[in-house]
Parts: sequence; structure tokens; C-alpha cells
Amino acid sequence: MNQKLQLSASRRRWAILFVTPMLIILAFVAGWPLLLTIYYSFTDASLSNLAAAEFVGFSNYLSSITLPNGRTLTFGLLADAAWWQAVWNTLRFAFVSVAFETVFGTVIALVLNRKFAGRGVVRAAVLIPWAIPTVVSAKMWGWMLNDQFGIINDVLLNLHLISTPIAWTASPDTAMIAVLIVDIWKTTPFMALLVLAGLQMIPGDIYEAAYIDGVSPLKVFWRITLPLVRPALMVAVIFRLLDALRIFDLIYILTPNNEQTQTMSVFAQQNLFAFDKFAYGSAASTLLFLVVALITIAYIRIGRINIGKGA
Amino acid sequence: MPRLIKQVAFYALVAFIVLQSVFPFYYAALTSMKSGTALFRVNYLPVDFNLSNYMAVLGNGTFPRNILNSVFVATVVVLISLLLAVTAAYALARIQFRGRGLLLLTILSVSMFPQIAVLAGLFEVIRAIGLYNSLWSLVLAYMIFTLPFTVWVLTTFMRDLPVEIEEAAIVDGASPWTIVTRVFLPLMWPALVTTGLLAFIHAWNEFLFALTFISNDDLRTVPVAIALLSGATEFEVPWGNIMAASVIVTVPLIALVLIFQRKIISGLTAGGVKG
Amino acid sequence: MKSLLAGCTISGAALALSLLASTAARADEISIVTGLVGNDLGLLQEQLKSFEDKTGHTVKVVSLPPSSSDQFSQYRLWLAAGNPDIDVYRTDVVWAPQLADQFIDLTPYTEDVIDEYFPSTIRSQTVDGKLVALPWYATIPGLYYRTDLLERYGKDVPKTWDEMTTTAREIMDAERADGNASMWGFLFQGAPYEGLTCDGLEWLVSSGGGNIVEADGEISVNNPNAAAALERAKSWIGTISPPGTLSYKEEDTRGIWQLGNAVFMRNWPYAYALGEQDDSAIKGKFDVAPLPAGENGESAATLGGFNLAVSKYSEHPDAAVELVKYLTSPEAQKYRVMYNSNAPTAVALYEDPEVQAKQPFALRWEDSLETAVSRPSNVTKSKYNEVSSLFWTAAYNTLSGNGSAQDNLEELELKLYQLRGNGW
Repeated sequence: MNQKLQLSASRRRWAILFVTPMLIILAFVAGWPLLLTIYYSFTDASLSNLAAAEFVGFSNYLSSITLPNGRTLTFGLLADAAWWQAVWNTLRFAFVSVAFETVFGTVIALVLNRKFAGRGVVRAAVLIPWAIPTVVSAKMWGWMLNDQFGIINDVLLNLHLISTPIAWTASPDTAMIAVLIVDIWKTTPFMALLVLAGLQMIPGDIYEAAYIDGVSPLKVFWRITLPLVRPALMVAVIFRLLDALRIFDLIYILTPNNEQTQTMSVFAQQNLFAFDKFAYGSAASTLLFLVVALITIAYIRIGRINIGKGA
Repeated sequence: MPRLIKQVAFYALVAFIVLQSVFPFYYAALTSMKSGTALFRVNYLPVDFNLSNYMAVLGNGTFPRNILNSVFVATVVVLISLLLAVTAAYALARIQFRGRGLLLLTILSVSMFPQIAVLAGLFEVIRAIGLYNSLWSLVLAYMIFTLPFTVWVLTTFMRDLPVEIEEAAIVDGASPWTIVTRVFLPLMWPALVTTGLLAFIHAWNEFLFALTFISNDDLRTVPVAIALLSGATEFEVPWGNIMAASVIVTVPLIALVLIFQRKIISGLTAGGVKG
Repeated sequence: MKSLLAGCTISGAALALSLLASTAARADEISIVTGLVGNDLGLLQEQLKSFEDKTGHTVKVVSLPPSSSDQFSQYRLWLAAGNPDIDVYRTDVVWAPQLADQFIDLTPYTEDVIDEYFPSTIRSQTVDGKLVALPWYATIPGLYYRTDLLERYGKDVPKTWDEMTTTAREIMDAERADGNASMWGFLFQGAPYEGLTCDGLEWLVSSGGGNIVEADGEISVNNPNAAAALERAKSWIGTISPPGTLSYKEEDTRGIWQLGNAVFMRNWPYAYALGEQDDSAIKGKFDVAPLPAGENGESAATLGGFNLAVSKYSEHPDAAVELVKYLTSPEAQKYRVMYNSNAPTAVALYEDPEVQAKQPFALRWEDSLETAVSRPSNVTKSKYNEVSSLFWTAAYNTLSGNGSAQDNLEELELKLYQLRGNGW
């Protein structure tokens, strides 16, 4: 660390000034609702009468009663098979979708980073999937994946890849695949654009030096590009991962109520609003938060992402 | 010869990328020109050129107004988030103080909570401060996802800029505010525009909050307005209108990308920052 | 409006104004949320206009997307927050018991008019003696069938599920052999959602398989008749019904039907008017009959429909009740029924010559209104949505080949016992 940049008290005061407004707004919009949800998860709150909520400890998470005959029954989220199915669905979904999006996003970013005729138009075109509201794109894909009048089946039939139409969103075997296809299609541009921004921040003359030295393009990518773009890539992955782990609207519209695609957020929504189990839904939200936090921290550790040190 | 093959392969890849991105949109545009029973038939090329769905959407009284609402909300959200995030990111990336890592994690943790769970609590907050049924409620609510995102991305990019670029300014006794606006902003354009664009689209497309916090039709934003487009009867889904509306609202975003093109790509040269 | 006028009584003009206002009783501003769309919404707005002219109140319509599960979530949220901004809610028949605590009791306001409605529709909205909402209109599903195809192959309209299955199969096979490869026999709603609960309940009741949960709270769903009914439905998937049925809601089935690609369809009355549109491939070639019956039961149709309720948090309950009574009055119902095919809930309209002349289709369901099957929402109260979700999951699992009907019903029974606990 450069001695000349030893931090003065004045710089630290500026830091407080810079960070505080953002923190106040976040506390306002997120802090209170979060605390409220966590609180409700320890009560027996019902949406019909929130004021009457009483503290019940951990029983939304886990509780047990012993019957007179000695059998013990366990209740609560941690003993709920549907919840664990949702956790597993979510993890599987998040891992697969983010992996594909990272690879595709990087490839697209590398392509867009080259100079070629019509690059501007291509860049705008690539962004389209991200630009269409999820409410619409989910319905649109539902339409395209329909087994009777969907164009996807029509294309596959014409190409003789399948012999009978597939009911993508209907069959338990393909529902998750359908959701993955749509999500990867939709969010790859997000990844691509962030990686592209990272690529653009790499000083151009580094490449020139490599080019003059005659290093092979693949080597340039592994040795120069990837390490330099890594911070941007890692942050892009974090935010994709967070969004994927909390995925709600796409599934809610495309394959609602399907056990095979029910994710943690969908599970929480169902209990919070559709069923009269607000407290249980709050507990699911809180647990979801913990699962996501755990994964994120693990990712930051394993990915050795710099969050503490400065320049 | 191998060079030619490489060229062809490259353009084939470009063509594939464009095709997969645009095809669903193209299909939507195709659908938007159909009506009635024709909607249920598969076509690959336009069969008729019928703009009645567009007329129906734009003539439906509030839709043009809804687009303006979305433009307003998304623009204000992005401007405020970028302003707050750039300064915060400078503090988090370039000023050494204790608890920086913890602070960054706390900010990120806001993005770990399911939006659906925040809804009820946030609704109470919005009502308590009298913003229910006002576009400002959305401006405030959208900070919940734009702020963590912009702060994190900008912090990452700012941290990677070489130390030397602010050295001279510090020696000259410039204040951090001056350093942010004069030294960093010009270098950060690609990152700022990219994060701004992504945050803009995110805010533009948000549905759940917009549905819950607004009750007047002329204050609705675009995704809700599209969801409210309806067929003549309860179960009928007005595919033609929905697709027309989607095409209409996607065009401004494409225009936005085309306008900010150069900024995304400006970029640095190592010589420019004396790396 | 009231406070506004009270605030400026100093000026003479305002004084005159307030005098004017007082002659029109109290002019309140109320809000109604209906989730109605399209033509129905236009119709409502016309009616609100005449209500405004008549009473001096002003009414604001808060719009919501047509998906009824979205509406329910929004209602829950608004009511939980004690939102006074919305006075009148349009509710689905099965919501009354779930939201009963948050609506006012309409009994004292409606003593004079209660006899004008079908008793069954009033019963469905009465929870523990409290009249939660006034019935607005009912919807009763039927068996849509292709008159031209039945005639060509010399078949009668099926009375039982087995007849329906055989006829559907025969005509479908013959049509396909004739080159119509995309022909299907029977369309129904098989996606896991409330619609499947309606379809499934019809299969159960018509086969003597019970009501899932009986009126006395007994959990009856695990029985051989019910299992047989579900197994029969499973046998349709991939044979006479498209495999995609497992993701179909009303509109998906109507799409295929209206292209002329099915012999039979189970659907609500809305599909009638749309099928008669000019660009429909089946215009003039179809009709609707009661749903088929099973061996041990009679034809059963699930009661659907909508009602109007007044929020407990309304600041203008009197004006709100006035609006609800106005919209559900026989006159207002008559105005509506002239334009759509939903069944009115006012008894008088079934004898009305004008309605009989203009909308015979809507009046076909008079008998069904008393016999239609109610989903077990009144007995399971606030747990109904979960009961329904468990039931459609069991039905869906059976249809998609994930376990036999018997296994799935056994599991369902267990879950329902657990959900019931010490009582519904």
C-alpha cells in the first residue's frame, strides 16, 4: 500500500458522508420489512389478523409432540418435505442456469468486444431478451412451448428431431427444462453486458503487446483476459446467483403450482398469501434468506472475491 | 484460407447469437399482427400486416401515459442510484476504513431476501409515509434492488483502477468529491452506462411492487398495464394486444442501447491512465 | 368530498354548493375492485355511471389483472393492511369463508331483498350466519360438443363418462384416418391449479366419490369411487386428450376447440359466445350439454361465480352497501345478462320474457343453480386454498402418472387430516 495514500481523518469523514445516504435509504426500504418478516416467523400471525400475532418461538421451524402411545410427530418447515423439495429445486435451477449463463454470456461478450461491421445493431439485438418484461416473456414462451399451437414443437417436428409434440411445461420431466431454457435465454444478456463492461475496462495496449509477441488467442484469453475480467465476472455471477436463488415470477407464470419446479420463493409466496399461513411463509422467507446468505458467503470465500481490501 | 474459414465461423456465431435473441421477439411481432382464431395457427413469415392490435393498445387511453410513467420511474431510480452508488463505491473502494467488508456484505444481504417477503412490510412503510398510489413509492421501492447492484458493481470496477490515477489529485489537495467527479467519472463511463442500463431495465420491468403500490390506472407502469390488457371476456388472453404492447415497450429500450452504444464501448487505454 | 365541502363554507358560493350537495344525501367517493376486464368492465362502467347519476356518489374502479389467484393475493394484502382506499371487492364463490373476517355482515342491509336471489347462492356466501357478500352472477360449466361430428357419425350426446370416452375415441380415430391429424376427443383443464379442483370435483361427485371434505367436516376423499374417477381421467391423457392437457387452463382448451380440433370440451359459459364469433372454425357447429355422469352418480357441475362484498375498513360503508345492492339488483343483473352468457343469480330473470328471447343460453342453467356442486370452501374455511392445492396436486400427480390414484388419495387423506388438526 502506497504510503502517500495513508488515510487521513478527513478522507474517512468523506467516506461516512458518501455511504450514509445510501444506507439510510436501504434501511428504510429493506431494513424494516426484513425485521418484520423475521419477527412474524416466530409468531402465529395470520393475514386476517396481524395484530393478534403471538410469539410461538421456533415452532414454525420445528416442533414436535409426543402422542400418548409414545410416537413422536414432528412439524414445521425443517420437517416439511415440500420445503426441502423446493430447496433442492432451487439449488438445481440456480446452479445449472447460472453456469450456462456464465459461459454463454462470456462468449457473447467476447464476440461483442471485437470490432466488426454491424456491431452496434448486434449489441442492441442481444439485449432484447433482457429488455422484455418477464410478465410478457414468460407468457410468450408458454405460448411458444405449447404442445398444440407452439412454434417450438413445430420447428422440432419439421426438423424431424421429435416425432410427436412435447408438452414442455406440462410434463413433470420437462417442466424444469422449459424453465431453464427461458431463464437462460432471458438473463444471458445481463451477464454478457457486465462481462463486456469488464472487457472494456481492460486497457487496450495490453492486447497489443500480446499480439506483437505472437501469443495464441486462446492463451491470451486464459492468461490475460480472464484474470483481468475476473472481478467483473465474479460480481455478475453473484447477482445472477442471488436472482436465480430467489426466482419467482418466471416460474409463477410458466409452470405455476408444479411440484417439480416449485422454488423457495414460490413456496414462500404460496404460504404467505394463498394459504392462511403467513407466519409459516415468513419462516420460509427467513430460511430462504439464510440459505442464500450461506451460499453467497461460501461463494465469496471460495471465489476469493476481494471485499475488504481496497486499491 | 484458414483466415476466411475463421471469418465465416465468426459471422456464423454472430448470426446464431442474433437469431436466438431476436427470434422470440420476432415471433411476438408476428403474433401482434394477428387476431382471432389465426392466433392459434403457426406461421414463420408474416401472413397479414394488421396493425389493429397496435391501434387498440395505443388508443386504450392510458397506455401512452403508462409508458411515460415507466420512463419517469426508471430514469429517476437510475439517476438516484447511480449518484448514491458512485459516491458510496468510491468510499468503499478507495478509502480505507474499518468494517468495509462487513458493510459490503450487509448491502448485499438486502438482495438475499425474497421480494415477495418484503412486500407486506414495504406496503406498510409506503402507506405510513403517504406514498401509496404515487410514482414516488416505486422510486423508493426499486432502490431495494438497484442500490445493492450498482454499489457492488461500481465498487468492483473502481477498485481495479490503478492507484496512480488519483495520486496527483490528492497531492493537489482536491476533495474526494472533486476526485469522484473529475477523475473517476470520465474513466467509469462503460461501467456506469452498463450498470445504469441494466438497472433501468430492471426497474422498467418490475411488476409486483408496481401492482401493489399503485391503484390508479393512469399511474400504472408498463408491465402492469400489459398484464391489465384484456380480452373481451374473463378467460380470453388477448395475445395480439399483449404482443403489440411488448413490441411497443421494447423499442424504447433498444433505442436507449443504440444511443448509449459508444459510451459502453469507450473504454480505457493503459497509456491514458499511465498503468 | 364531504370534508372538502366542510372546509370552505365561509365563501358564499361554497355554501350554496354544500346546500346543493346536502340535497343529494351524502355524496361519497368510493372505490370498487373487480378484476373484470374487456366487455365486462365496459358494462360495469356504464352501470356505475347510472349509479353515480342516481345517487350523487362517485365510484372509482381499481383495475387488477384477470388472474384470480393474483387477485386473491392482492385482496389479502390490502385487507391485512386495513386499506381504507378500497370499499367494494368482487369475490370468487370460494373466497367468502377465507376473507369473512374482513368484510362487513350484509344481513341487516339486505332483509328486504334477500328473497330475490337463489337460496343456494346466498347459502354459499353465508359464513357462520354472516352474509359476507351478495351474489352477482354464477358460472356453470358444461360439456361442449360438436353437433356436426356427432351427426356425421350418428352418435348421441353422451350421458355418461364411459359413453363420452367411447364416442370421443371413435370420432377422433375416424377423423384422424380422414386426414385430420390434429383431432382430439376431449379437452379439459389439467394444469395444477384451482381449475383442476373444479374438474376433479366433478369427476368425483358424478361417480359417487364424495365432496373431498363433506359438509360436516369429514374427510371423505379416500374411497374407491373417487380413485376410479381419477383413474378414468388418467386414461384420457394421451388417448382422447392431448398430453399437454397437464398444462391446460380454460384458454388453452378453448384455443384447440375453436380451431375445430376437438369433439368434446369441458368449459365455462364464456366459451360459448367466443365459439360463435365469425372467425371461429366451429361457428354454428356446436352446442352445450350437462356434464356426463359416472356409474354411481349423477351429472355434476362445479358452481363458479362472483359476488360483491364490502370491506370492514371502508370509510363509507353505507354508500358501499348501496352500490353492492344496486349492482346485484335484478334490474342491474338483467342489464348485464343481455350482453353476456353468465347465469344471473336473481330468480325473477328466469321468467323474464326479454331475457328469454335475447339470452336463452344464460338461462339454461336454472336447474343447475340449485344442484351445482359447491367446492368445500364453507366447511374448510380459511384452509380452503390449501385443501384445494393438496387436492389438485393429488389429481395432477395421478394424471401425470406419478403414483396411482389410490396411493395419491391415501396420501392426500393423510395430509388433510394433518391440516385439519382439531377442526377446520
